[in-house]
Amino acid sequence: MTALRHTRQVALRYLRALLRQPAWIGISLVQPVIWLLLFGALFKRTADIPGFNGGSYIEFLTPGVVVMLAISTAGWVGMGFIDDINRGTMDRLLVTPIWRGALNLGSVAQSVLSIVIQSLVVVGLSLLVGAHVHNGVAGVAVLLAIAGLLGAVFASLSNGVAVLTRQRETLIGIVTMVTLPLTFLSSALMQESLLPGWIRWVARFNPVNWAAEAGRTAAAVHPDWGLVATRIGFLGLLLLASAAFATRAFTTYQRSI
Amino acid sequence: MKILTTLSRADAGEALVAGLDVVRDAERVRRSIGVVGQKPGLDPAATGRENLEMQAEFYGLAGAERRRRVNQVLARLGLSDAGGRLAKTYSGGMQRRLDVALGLVHRPAVLFLDEPTTGLDPEARADLWREIERLAAAEELTILLTTHYLEEADRLASELVIVDRGRVVAEGTPEALKSELRGDTVQVELVESAARDAVEVLSRLPGVGDLAAEGRLLRARAADGAAAIPSLINALEQRGVRVASATVARPSLDDVYLRHAGRSFGQADAETEEAA
Repeated sequence: MTALRHTRQVALRYLRALLRQPAWIGISLVQPVIWLLLFGALFKRTADIPGFNGGSYIEFLTPGVVVMLAISTAGWVGMGFIDDINRGTMDRLLVTPIWRGALNLGSVAQSVLSIVIQSLVVVGLSLLVGAHVHNGVAGVAVLLAIAGLLGAVFASLSNGVAVLTRQRETLIGIVTMVTLPLTFLSSALMQESLLPGWIRWVARFNPVNWAAEAGRTAAAVHPDWGLVATRIGFLGLLLLASAAFATRAFTTYQRSI
Repeated sequence: MKILTTLSRADAGEALVAGLDVVRDAERVRRSIGVVGQKPGLDPAATGRENLEMQAEFYGLAGAERRRRVNQVLARLGLSDAGGRLAKTYSGGMQRRLDVALGLVHRPAVLFLDEPTTGLDPEARADLWREIERLAAAEELTILLTTHYLEEADRLASELVIVDRGRVVAEGTPEALKSELRGDTVQVELVESAARDAVEVLSRLPGVGDLAAEGRLLRARAADGAAAIPSLINALEQRGVRVASATVARPSLDDVYLRHAGRSFGQADAETEEAA
C-alpha cells in the first residue's frame, strides 16, 4: 500500500510538471509523425517486393513507429533524475522514508502515459492515411500495452544509468548509441523474412524486435496470440530486472557521495 | 552530515541520532529527522503546497491532518500567500524557507540545517535567523546547524562545536568558549608601519598579552580593554609611534577560533575554498 501511494505521488509530480508545459506534448509528437509519414513515403514500394505479405507499407510500418517512439521517449526519462540530483531534490527525497522503488516506478508511469498518448496519435494518423487495423480496439489496445511495456523497460534502464553516471552527456551518448541500432536490428521497418540472416538471428534477442513482432501480429488479420503472450512475458521479465536495476542504483549512488 | 542523515554511509565507526543507530535503524532515523541540505531540495516545477504535500505523503501523513499540518508550516515560515505559486517563482529567501518547511512538515525531533543561509542576502539571512530561533522554541526541536558564519553560530547556538580540518578542536556554549579567553581584544591601527617597535613597547606593559602585529595593525589581549587603552596609546606615543585608531572588543567567536585552530577563521576559510 505504502509502495503504491508513494509511486502514485511521484508519478503525480511528473505528470503535473508535464501538464504545465503542454507545448512539450506537441513537440514530442513531431518526431514519430515525421517517421511515419516520411518512412511511409520513402519505402512505399517495399510493399511490391516479392515475399512481402499483404497490406500497404504504412500499415506494416505503424507498429514499428510505435515501438520506435516508445524507446526514444523512454530513453530520455533519466534526464529528470539527473536534474533532481544536480539540484539537490534527489538527496532531499532519499533522506525521507520513501519506498526507493517509487522513485523509478513513478517516473516510469509518467513516461508510459505519454508513450500511450503519442502512440494513439500515430495509430490515428496511420488510419487517416489508409492503413487498416484488423482487430479493432483490442488490436490497438494490445499494441499500446506492448509499447508501454517496452517503454517501461527502457525508462527504468535510463533512470538507472542516470543515477549511476549523473552526467547528461553520458546519458545522451548511451541513448543515441543504443536506440538506433536496436531499431535497425529488428523488424520495426522491414519484414522479418526479408531481413539478412545475421540480423534475423540478432533480432531474436532484441527486445525492440519482440515488441515490434507482437504489436504487429496483434493488429494482423490472423493474430498469433501465442507469440503475443510469450513476447509480453519476455518484456515483463525484462521490466522486473530493469526496475530492480534502477532501484538498486540508488544504493550505489548513496555509497558514492 | 550526510552520514548522520542516512544519505551516505560511514566507512567506519558508528553514529546515533535521537538514540538510534544511523545504519541499523536507518528507517526509524529517517522518520525522526528533518533535513535541509546545502542545495535547495524543493521541486521548482511544483507549487509550495504541492512540494509539502508530496513530502508529507512519504511520512504517511494523509487527509485532513496533512492539510492542517501543511497550512501550519506554510504559515510558520511566512509562505501562506505564496503556497499556491510555483516554487521557481520564489525569491532566494522564500525558496530557502520552503526548504525548511519541507524539513519540518512531519514534526521531526531533530532538524539538520546544513549551511542554511549560504547565498542569501543579509536581509534574508536575518529573516531566516529569526525563523530558526522561533522554530526551535515553537516546535520543541533539536536543531543541528552547520555554518561558515561565526556570527551565525554565536547568535543561534546553545551548544557549539568547532571543527577544523575534520577534527573537533573546541566545544561548549559560545559564552563559555568566549569567557575562556579572559579579557578583551584591543586593536590598534598605526599611522605608519612600525610593528616591531610597537610590539616591543607593548610587551613591557602590564596586563597586556597575546600580541600580534600585521602591517599597521596590532592585536592584543587585555584584562580590561577600556582601562588599558590610555596607557597603551601613551606608551606608543612616547616612543614616537603614532596611533591612528584604537578599538576594544569583547572576545568574539573569531578569537575563539583563532585560539583553537591556530589560525584566523578568514585564513582557514580561504584554504578550504582553495582545496574545494
